Amino acid sequence: MKLNNFTFNCGIFKCLAIGLASLWLTLFVFFPSVLVMITSFLTRDPQNTVALPVNIANYQKAFDPLYLQVFLDSLTMSILATICCLLIAYPFALAISKLDKRWQAIALFLMIVPFWTNSLVRTYAIQFILGKQGLINKALLALDVIDKPLQLMYTQGAVIIGLCYILLPFMVLPLFSSLEKLDSKLELAAQDLGANAWQRFWHITIPLTMPGIVAGCLMVLLPSMGMYYIADLLGGAKNLLLGNVIKTQFLNTRDWPFGSAFSVLLMLLLAFMLWLYFRAAKFANKQGGLGDANF
Amino acid sequence: MNDSVALLQLRGLEKSYAGHSILSGFDLTIFDGEFFTLLGPSGCGKTTILNMIAGMEMPDAGSIVLLGNDISQVPAEKRPINTVFQSYALFPHMTVFDNVAFGLRMQGVEKKQIKPRVLEALEMVQLAHLADRKPAQLSGGQQQRVAIARAVVNQPKVLLLDESLSALDYKLRQQMQLELKRLQRKLGITFIYVTHDQEEALSMSDRILVMHQGKVQQLGTPRQIYENPANLFVARFIGEINQLDGEIVSVDGDHTYDVKVEGLQWTLKAQHNFTAGDKVHVLLRPEDLRVEYIDDFHASQYLVGTVVERNYKGKTLDSLIRLGSGIEVLASEFFNEDDPSFDYRPNQKVALKWVPGWEVVMPAEKSEAAA
Repeated sequence: MKLNNFTFNCGIFKCLAIGLASLWLTLFVFFPSVLVMITSFLTRDPQNTVALPVNIANYQKAFDPLYLQVFLDSLTMSILATICCLLIAYPFALAISKLDKRWQAIALFLMIVPFWTNSLVRTYAIQFILGKQGLINKALLALDVIDKPLQLMYTQGAVIIGLCYILLPFMVLPLFSSLEKLDSKLELAAQDLGANAWQRFWHITIPLTMPGIVAGCLMVLLPSMGMYYIADLLGGAKNLLLGNVIKTQFLNTRDWPFGSAFSVLLMLLLAFMLWLYFRAAKFANKQGGLGDANF
Repeated sequence: MNDSVALLQLRGLEKSYAGHSILSGFDLTIFDGEFFTLLGPSGCGKTTILNMIAGMEMPDAGSIVLLGNDISQVPAEKRPINTVFQSYALFPHMTVFDNVAFGLRMQGVEKKQIKPRVLEALEMVQLAHLADRKPAQLSGGQQQRVAIARAVVNQPKVLLLDESLSALDYKLRQQMQLELKRLQRKLGITFIYVTHDQEEALSMSDRILVMHQGKVQQLGTPRQIYENPANLFVARFIGEINQLDGEIVSVDGDHTYDVKVEGLQWTLKAQHNFTAGDKVHVLLRPEDLRVEYIDDFHASQYLVGTVVERNYKGKTLDSLIRLGSGIEVLASEFFNEDDPSFDYRPNQKVALKWVPGWEVVMPAEKSEAAA
C-alpha cells in the first residue's frame, strides 16, 4: 500500500487505533528513552539527582574493566540460558506441532497458564526447589545419593535455571509457529529420496525453521540480560546481570547519569543484535531459507 | 517394454481409515517398463495405493512384492521407488542442484559421481543452466521438471507420479504429457501415474486402471477402455457419452440381438448375453453419431430429433439434439471442407444415425446413483 493512499483509506477505527498506539509509544517509550539518553550525558548531583555540566565521563566509566567483567559474566549466563531454552523448547515445540489442532491449543494453553502468576513469585518458588532445604536436596538426601545438601542456590547455574524457566515460552512460541508452517510434504519428499529420520531433521526441519530458531534465541537472549530480580533472588551478590548494575545505580548508589549511560549501552547492544536478525531474515527471505541445508 | 516381466505385484491389499474401508482385497500386477495409470475420481483410493507403494502408508493387510521381494514393511527411505509430488515438494532452502543431488547424497553416493549424475538429470529436463537457482525463482513448469529430475536421478525401479501435472495450465500440461511419455521411453523406468484427468490417462498410458470407491472398474489399454467400457461408470467417466435406453426384442444369433431403441428396431452386436425382454443401455460417443438433414432421407430408418443447441468448437461442431423420447444426445462432427456452410439452426428437425458396430450395448443398471 502506498503511503498517500494509506492516509485516505484510514477509517475511523483504524485512525483511532493507530493514533492511540502512537500516543502511547510516544509518551511511555520514546519520551522516557530520550530522557534516559539526555541523563546519561549529565553529572550526578546529591540534591537534584542530576545536574550540568554535560560530559561523557559516564560512558568512559562504563568501559572500566570491572564493568566489562560484569558484562561478560552476564552475557555468558544469558547465552547459556538461551542454549538451554533452545534445547528444551525445540523438542517441545516439535511435539506440539505434531499434535492435532485441538490438542495443540490445549498444550499451548497449559504452557501459558503459569505465566498468569507474577514472575517474581515464581522465582521465589524456584528458591524452594533449589535451596538447602529444597525439593532437590531433600529428594537426593532421602535417596542417599548425597550425604550433605548441594549448593544449588546462589550459583550461575541457579540464575540460568531461573532465566530458562521464566523465558521458555518466548522460545517455544516462535519455534512452534515456524514448525507449524513447515510443509509436511517436504519431509515426506526427503524420506522418499532416502533420508532417514535424523537426516530429515538435520537437512530439512532445522534449516527451514532457522528463522524461528533465530527469533526465539533473540527473544530469550535480549530480555535475559536485564532480568535483575532473577539474579538478585537466585544468584546472590556474585552473579550479576547487566540489569543488576543498572538497578544498583538507580536505586542504591543514586548515580542516575551512570545508570542511564549503562542503559543506553545495553539498548545499543540489543538494537545491534536486532539489526543482525533483520538482516539475516531479509537474506533468508530472498534465498527462500536460511543456511545451505547443512551439507 | 517387456510385457512378460512382472515388476511389482500388489496382493490382497487392505486399508481402512477410522473403520472406513478404502481398499479391500486389492490385486494388481505392473510390468517392467510400462506407463501405468491409476484413473478415478477423487476419493477412489488411487492415492492410497500410490502411498502404499511408496511406503508413506502401510497396508493393514496384503503384500507388495517388488522383483520377488516383499517390501510392504520396508520404510519408504529404503525402497528403490521415488515419487513426483503433486505440489512438487521441492526443498525451498536448496538450489536446484542440491535438490536433485539430495537423494544421491542421502544414499551415500561417492562425491565425485554426484555432480555428473545431477547435471545429466538436469540436462535431460533441459534445466542444467538453472542449477544455481532456488525453486522460488522458477516457473511452475520448471519446478515440475526439477521434481522429475530429482526423482529419476536415483534410477528408481518405479517412478510414482501423483497428479503431477494438475497444477500446470492447459497448454503446459499438454506439452509435459508428451515430455513425460518421451522420458519414460528413454529411461525405460516403470511409471505409475495417478490422475483424475481421463485425457491425460488416455494420451500417456500403456495401461489404465479405472477405479471408483476402492473398486476396480476396468483394467486395459486406453483403446479398450475408451471403445469398450466395461460398465456405465467407466463409459461415463472416460470422455463424453450418450446413453439411450432399449429393450432386447429377440436373440439373432451369437451375440447379435434385435434391439428396440427410441421406437425403432436395430440389429446390434453385444458382448454381454441377453435374453428377449432384457432392458439395455446403448452407449454412443458423440463423435460416432452422424447428423443428417431430414429432408434427404426416409425418417423411418433414423432417429429423429430437434436441434436444441449448436456449439462451434473450432475443430468440430457439437450439436445437442432432443430425441422423440425427450432424451438429449450430443453429436460431435468434424467440419467438412467441401461444405463450408454446414451448420444447423436451433429447432431444426434432423435425422441421426451411427456407424454400425461402434455402439456399446450394456445391461441396464438399476442403481443410477452408482455413477
